[in-house]
Amino acid sequence: MTYLDHAATTPMLPVAVAAYTEALGRVGNPSSLHTAGRRARRDVEEARETIAEAVGALPTEVVLSTGGTEGDNLALKGLYWARRAADPRRTRVVVSAVEHHAVLDAGEWLAAHEGATLVVLPVDAVGRVSPEVLRAELEAHPGETALVSVMWANNEVGTVNDVRALAEVAHEFDVPLHTDAVQAVGSLPVDFAASGADALSLTGHKLGGPVGVGALLLRRDAVCVPLLHGGGQERDVRSGTLDVAGTVALAAAVESAVDAVPRRTTELAVLRDDLVARLIGVVPDATLNGVPLDAPLLNGGPARLAGNAHLSFPGCEGDSLLMLLDAHEIECSTGSACTAGVARPSHVLLAMGVDEAAARGSLRFSLGHSSTAADVDAAVAAIGPVVERARGASTRAARTAERVGT
Amino acid sequence: MSGGVDSAVAAARAKDAGHDVVGVHLALSAKPATMREGARGCCSVEDSRDARRCADVLDIPFYVWDMAERFREDVVEPFVAEYAAGRTPNPCLRCNEKIKFSAVLDRALGLGFDAVVTGHYARLHDGVLRRAADPDKDQSYVLGVLTADQLAHAMFPLGDSLKSVVRAEAARRGLVVAEKPDSHDICFIPSGDTQDFLSSRIDEAPGELVDAASGAVLGRHGGVQNFTVGQRHGLGLSRPAPDGRPRYVLGIEPVSRRVQVGPVESLDVVALSTEAPVWHGPRGSVSDVTVQVRAHGGVAPAAVEVRDDGLSVALGAPLRGVAPGQAVVVYDGDRVLGSATIAATS
Repeated sequence: MTYLDHAATTPMLPVAVAAYTEALGRVGNPSSLHTAGRRARRDVEEARETIAEAVGALPTEVVLSTGGTEGDNLALKGLYWARRAADPRRTRVVVSAVEHHAVLDAGEWLAAHEGATLVVLPVDAVGRVSPEVLRAELEAHPGETALVSVMWANNEVGTVNDVRALAEVAHEFDVPLHTDAVQAVGSLPVDFAASGADALSLTGHKLGGPVGVGALLLRRDAVCVPLLHGGGQERDVRSGTLDVAGTVALAAAVESAVDAVPRRTTELAVLRDDLVARLIGVVPDATLNGVPLDAPLLNGGPARLAGNAHLSFPGCEGDSLLMLLDAHEIECSTGSACTAGVARPSHVLLAMGVDEAAARGSLRFSLGHSSTAADVDAAVAAIGPVVERARGASTRAARTAERVGT
Repeated sequence: MSGGVDSAVAAARAKDAGHDVVGVHLALSAKPATMREGARGCCSVEDSRDARRCADVLDIPFYVWDMAERFREDVVEPFVAEYAAGRTPNPCLRCNEKIKFSAVLDRALGLGFDAVVTGHYARLHDGVLRRAADPDKDQSYVLGVLTADQLAHAMFPLGDSLKSVVRAEAARRGLVVAEKPDSHDICFIPSGDTQDFLSSRIDEAPGELVDAASGAVLGRHGGVQNFTVGQRHGLGLSRPAPDGRPRYVLGIEPVSRRVQVGPVESLDVVALSTEAPVWHGPRGSVSDVTVQVRAHGGVAPAAVEVRDDGLSVALGAPLRGVAPGQAVVVYDGDRVLGSATIAATS
């Protein structure tokens, strides 16, 4: 098997597995006052400090959660409710068009049920939000915006946003900024304090930790209404008995992944550039979506996720490509799928101005810490016959559609 | 793989036979994320999950193919249009013709597969389609519309089995759908209320109800889509027939929107003229055959004259309640010779 879907989930790092399994054997609720509880609390707090240190946050700013979806929902809804409570005029929720559904759908829910006005900012052809577009929006509606949410790095095409510049603009208008950094932490240099963001979502399983544990970094002075009420854990923002083993494993993974960022981004970019060049060598009319591979650095880091290769293959259906690659034991992705597993053209590509046919015929290869040159070779070897066959299937389907007069 | 027991066992048998099998679930609804209503429906989240679970247990790849748009254009819209024109369509047959053995088959062939396997109960050997071994489940009627080319790329592994055997086999194979109820009626009308479905899609177009024998106007109606030949209830006639016997819909004239009613014996027909034939048998005249005009029942001995533009069917015994739009499938013993769409009856 050739696993090229690390942006969906990446294998756990050995240090995280070791920390996880070791901690699973111990009893103790960190909220208990006895010895076992104190031991558990110490484990959690040391883990919290490790995470905070790795991402440039204070320990109190680490609100442990179940992962990206919870972090995004808590930030969107919690910040919205808090801001609206403080000033009822602030009901605009500003997000970018390329956000993950955990942000987009939370925003739509606020619009449908909580009186919010959802504002979707356009992106440029590489999928990036311009600080000037954000400024124009905030200037046009002074005192009406509750929060802004723009992702750090896009999960589909790998485009990195200038979060620092966006946060500066938001703060000029006294608006907090949340960033979904699920794809960024462990893949790019991320410094919460330096970024200026007020809230940042991260999750374990995208960086070598377990599924089901993550954190929302929430600035000390940010006011956020909880989604989950109960025992008052996590600054009273996120109640629920803490997952000691998960947190310990998350910390081990974050520490290891963040330490490895400089080396890993270089290694992955070499593999990824080779993959893209050779895929286009085999399929000359394939095009790379997103930021060009030779783009200059952004805030000292890559402007595109080092492991991301997202290409359109003209004349193909993405799910045909996926199925044929699967038959060749190459595992990659087309983008998002709905509940029943029906493939739809990606909202990210459509927002970038990619036409619907090209959007349907695209694939995301995402490399990660376990990727090798052999993985690249395998994908390159498979792509030629796969694209040829997928094109045949599309042509044939189009002929039937004509024949039956649709 | 619909998520039902038949397609799951068909997939299992195809795999056992040594084929390289991939499971495909068709998303046919514009709203795939809905829950199942009752035992009906075939594209809910639950059915999709059931199909996926079976594929996982069988250890075959599984994909959902979005055919919602094609299904709407080729099956649902023609279904509505046929009723609006006073005819009685069979959407399952249309789905086999246009979706499963056309859109799906073409895509599969393009992707390098050789055939579409389904859980239909019918026997197919050397291109010859026959009735299933299980007379209660036989579905050769809804497959009678397939051409030789389509049949050459079809497999029906359940044709030789009784349904009870299939269910037992599903249980033995650990398939969660072994006890799942059979689906009934029309998958895109989960409520089962065809009339309600049609009335929300077809504008009211009033017409007259007339006595077929005398031509007397007996009443008025809101639209021909509310009637099917052979229908007795819901005619909305306040006065009983002079002889006190029940009246039935005998015919529907789409242009004048006149619905003819009359006594039950007037429903008997002895000849069918048809269009859009698919024929596998000898040309010219064939006698000593049987015909079937609906999915369950409606079987009669017949002689058929085969032309390029249709089949002329002379029935050896009258059939009751035969409506234009229905398919007639012709059998030589249990072998399917062909089919056509009924255009008129007499």
